[in-house]
Amino acid sequence: MRSPAPRRARLSLTRVALLGASALLIAFLVLPFVALLLRVTPGDLAARLASPMVLEALRLSLATSVAATAVVFVLGVPVAWLLATREFPGKRVVEVLVDLPMVLPPTVAGFALLMAFGRAGLAGRALAALGLSLPFTTLGVVVAQVFMAVPFMVGPARASFSGLDPKLLDAAATLGARETFTFFRVALPLALPGILAGVAMSASRALGEFGATITFAGNLPGSTQTMPLAVYEALQSDLDAAVALSVLLLVMAFGLLLGLRAAPVGSFWGHARARAAAR
Amino acid sequence: MNRFSTCAGAALVTALLATPFAPPSTAGDASGAKRTLQVFAAASLADAFHELAHRLEAERPGLAVRISLAGSQQLVAQLEQGAVADVFASADERWMSYAQAQGLVSGEPATFARNRLVVIVPKSNPARIGKLQDLSRGGVKLVLAADAVPVGHYSRTVLRNLARVEGFPPDFATRALRNVVSEEDNVKSVVSKVQLGEADAGFVYRSDITPAVARYVRAFEIPERANVIATYPLALLKDGPAPDVAKAFVDFVLSADGQRILEQHGLMPVAANTR
Repeated sequence: MRSPAPRRARLSLTRVALLGASALLIAFLVLPFVALLLRVTPGDLAARLASPMVLEALRLSLATSVAATAVVFVLGVPVAWLLATREFPGKRVVEVLVDLPMVLPPTVAGFALLMAFGRAGLAGRALAALGLSLPFTTLGVVVAQVFMAVPFMVGPARASFSGLDPKLLDAAATLGARETFTFFRVALPLALPGILAGVAMSASRALGEFGATITFAGNLPGSTQTMPLAVYEALQSDLDAAVALSVLLLVMAFGLLLGLRAAPVGSFWGHARARAAAR
Repeated sequence: MNRFSTCAGAALVTALLATPFAPPSTAGDASGAKRTLQVFAAASLADAFHELAHRLEAERPGLAVRISLAGSQQLVAQLEQGAVADVFASADERWMSYAQAQGLVSGEPATFARNRLVVIVPKSNPARIGKLQDLSRGGVKLVLAADAVPVGHYSRTVLRNLARVEGFPPDFATRALRNVVSEEDNVKSVVSKVQLGEADAGFVYRSDITPAVARYVRAFEIPERANVIATYPLALLKDGPAPDVAKAFVDFVLSADGQRILEQHGLMPVAANTR
């Protein structure tokens, strides 16, 4: 603190840059939402949201994204644990594979899914022999959502597992705990905040899925037309319905992410659970 | 990496990123300066319009014709939201009239082509479709375009017309519509669903059976009296930045050469019908 004057000047410059960039970015993010909300009056919105087309799309979106999130959770958490705790040949490839859906254009993903699970696809023929057909079905929607949501579950869960104190896990092991016990009673409770973040993010991704769904599962109200597809169709025929659906999707995604932050799953709770389990 | 190569790399990346955003040059005249013409065309015009564009570009050095393809309803939605284009070619009169009512069009639209519908099935024919009547059989996976898409609207009309044709049950349309497994956003999406063998059958335009598609599908003709003649109008757009080139493009489409190109791509020229 020998030369407070220039230091303050530097600080204020930093502060201006910080505030400026933040204000610009926040305005950029907020403006489209405000514009959307200004397009519609609350009464109009309520009337629109009660229409059968919207309710059908909403029901389908909720059912498919809940199912997709459950699948991604059950399959994704063990993979995250594996990547966080093991070294094995080809690990890099697995990591890239898991991240791939995040950077792949969804249309390409949908097309690849058709090549794999379509009626004439690689695995599709075997599925057909079992009487199972995915394209044009609600199950196909779930498959597309699972494919796109995987990185959003595995990423945060893995980071959470990697951030655990290895001593805690070692202690459990030296006390004779099997890996299954350590995983369920120590690692899982401790990593819960990250895992729940993964759940919220993969649910949001599934809820918003569009490109892979329309390519792989098609578009039919009641069976494959989820809310994003309904918005897309309404944009071309009924703009007011598109606005209503968009607002609904916006509120749901916002609520999901906000709820995650407000949920009582802080590290304190996680530690308490783990300590109780270790006793 | 040393500083020089970092700078060079950064410069290269900047240049690459900036290129697509550079505004198309609209300066100059027909004497060879760069001009860009933006055409919004119904998806079913894809191959025909690409060839028309290449021909016109060959005739006029410096001219670049950009063609944006989508369902007509989607193109109109984009124009309504402020997309800038010089020419709009619709696959039906419904969306052209709508564009006119919205004040998007300049001058009178001209009909430049017609088209007919056909039913296509994959070469493997998984549902064993042998005649059009089979489309109403339970379990057939039928793919149509959505009703807002011109071909989707035409398809539904054809299904209703067929129900009145001898040899078709009166509830043919209802039962066939119950078989619809997907409503696509443009005709090319219908084609690809059939081409990939995912759909058992689909309604498309005759012009969609390009040589590339013909290898994968088999077509069923629709009886003349039940078929719909699709009418394609095109018009200049009010806010188009290059009205003179746009006029030249429209004239070329309507010229004998242009009509021949459309015919080669499976569309019906208007001259044969009107004169």
